[in-house]
Amino acid sequence: MLLAKSQRWRDPAWPRRATGAAVFLLVLLPAGYLTEFNPGVFFDASSLRASRQFLATFFPPAHSLAFLQLLVGSAWKTVAIATSGLVLALILAIPLSLLANRTLSISRLGTGTMGYIPAAVRAGLRWGLSLLRSIPELVWALLFVRAVGLGDTAGVMAISLTYAGMIGKVFLEIYESQDTRATEALLANGARRLHAFFYGTLPSCLPELVSYTIYRWECAIRSSVILGFVGAGGLGQQMELSMRMLAGGEVLSFLLVFMVLVWLADQLSQGLRTWID
Amino acid sequence: MDRLIARAGLACGVLAFIIACFMSLSGDWSGLFSREAARSMLALLTSFFPPEVAPAFLRKAAYATLETLAISWIGTLLAVIAGLFCALPAAGLWGAVPKGITRMLLNALRAVPELVWAALLVIAAGLGPFPGTLALAAHTTGVLGRLFAEALENAPREPYLALRRHGVGPVAALSYGLLPQITPQLTSYTLYRWENNIRAAAVLGVAGAGGLGQLLYYHMGLFHFQETGTILLAMLLLVGLVDTCSNWLRRRAMP
Repeated sequence: MLLAKSQRWRDPAWPRRATGAAVFLLVLLPAGYLTEFNPGVFFDASSLRASRQFLATFFPPAHSLAFLQLLVGSAWKTVAIATSGLVLALILAIPLSLLANRTLSISRLGTGTMGYIPAAVRAGLRWGLSLLRSIPELVWALLFVRAVGLGDTAGVMAISLTYAGMIGKVFLEIYESQDTRATEALLANGARRLHAFFYGTLPSCLPELVSYTIYRWECAIRSSVILGFVGAGGLGQQMELSMRMLAGGEVLSFLLVFMVLVWLADQLSQGLRTWID
Repeated sequence: MDRLIARAGLACGVLAFIIACFMSLSGDWSGLFSREAARSMLALLTSFFPPEVAPAFLRKAAYATLETLAISWIGTLLAVIAGLFCALPAAGLWGAVPKGITRMLLNALRAVPELVWAALLVIAAGLGPFPGTLALAAHTTGVLGRLFAEALENAPREPYLALRRHGVGPVAALSYGLLPQITPQLTSYTLYRWENNIRAAAVLGVAGAGGLGQLLYYHMGLFHFQETGTILLAMLLLVGLVDTCSNWLRRRAMP
């Protein structure tokens, strides 16, 4: 009876749960303070008026002929920035990922451990790739806007550097997660490294590499719109201008075109990837 | 053979597309690869060093870092709550019509990037970290709502239905019969989005939504390069720290 009662009332995990809840609240309160969390700001008179005025300009979406031309032009520009950035990223990432590939180490053959210098070079390259991708593309774009001025070039450079970091890392993971015995056998029998790579590693991992690249292309389109907000060309730059002028109709049109663009890229990328697999 | 021709055609198409893309870019590309441009880029990068370490500025940067962390944290938390609520109808628990409507809502939330949400919400709520938090929450709700709905759809429905048939209320049946099955997935998706959101929160400030991004945009605009260097370092540290934390939590949460 006593046992049943105590079993009924005591949660065996309660110290853990209580600590968890306490820590959660302790973090939540200062975080709420730091974010100036206050839904009331949406409902004070001045911001209500501002939002109402802005929202009222949303309908109908802008659709004059000149504006539609601008719309199509900047949508294409966005695709062009994304594609060019991705191509440059591949040009940068493929050599880097080949150099950092541990499977292609000659000093590792037989002994299983790399020499100090090759290991240091590879570690350095990996570190460089991770540095490239830890700086967000928007920050790269801000830097390039300073260095080369407003326009497409800054966007292309920003995408190429960030995506080189991401693509390089993932390509490396793909190479090294394959069955490496073929490559190692080729190297051990005196094949040159590139030959060993092309005949040993590439055939088995090509579909995965291509499929990841297509996926990244889809992401690049999304980022190139965002990069426009800091002046790096394309749809985002025009959207930012319209937003600054509180021209809601134009903003809505840009948003709609952006959604269609992302949807199209998504469909195309999915179609291509299923075709490859 | 047909497949070979299709592949060759596709390759040519892709190549033509890439060339068309490069052709339509404006801007002087020859200037970009000149020694001049390399020198100005190098000058820009070296002007970040040494980073500014005056105590007053460090305090400001530390506050902005904490603010960024808080934005990512609250934004993710709100998105988890809203995403879970949207995931229930989106998984088809309440029939086909609510499912279609919530899926559409989630798609719309997800399609608009965080930065665009931030720019829109700054208009409605004024400058500051709060619109940034809501912007993160809006986009992340779209992403997590869909992922949660997929997890719910793939989880076996029998325990939930068995509880319901024995007269257990819908809320209790859900929280004892369905949600425990998908907790590991929920945790892992949430941590993954948190890693994403810390990066987003670091740059949202560019639209005026607080945190490190706002500080960065301000100092870069005034050509304060040493301060910019400090902020960039703070960003790198924060992202690295969150990645480490999230990896550790994920390993602990996984069985």
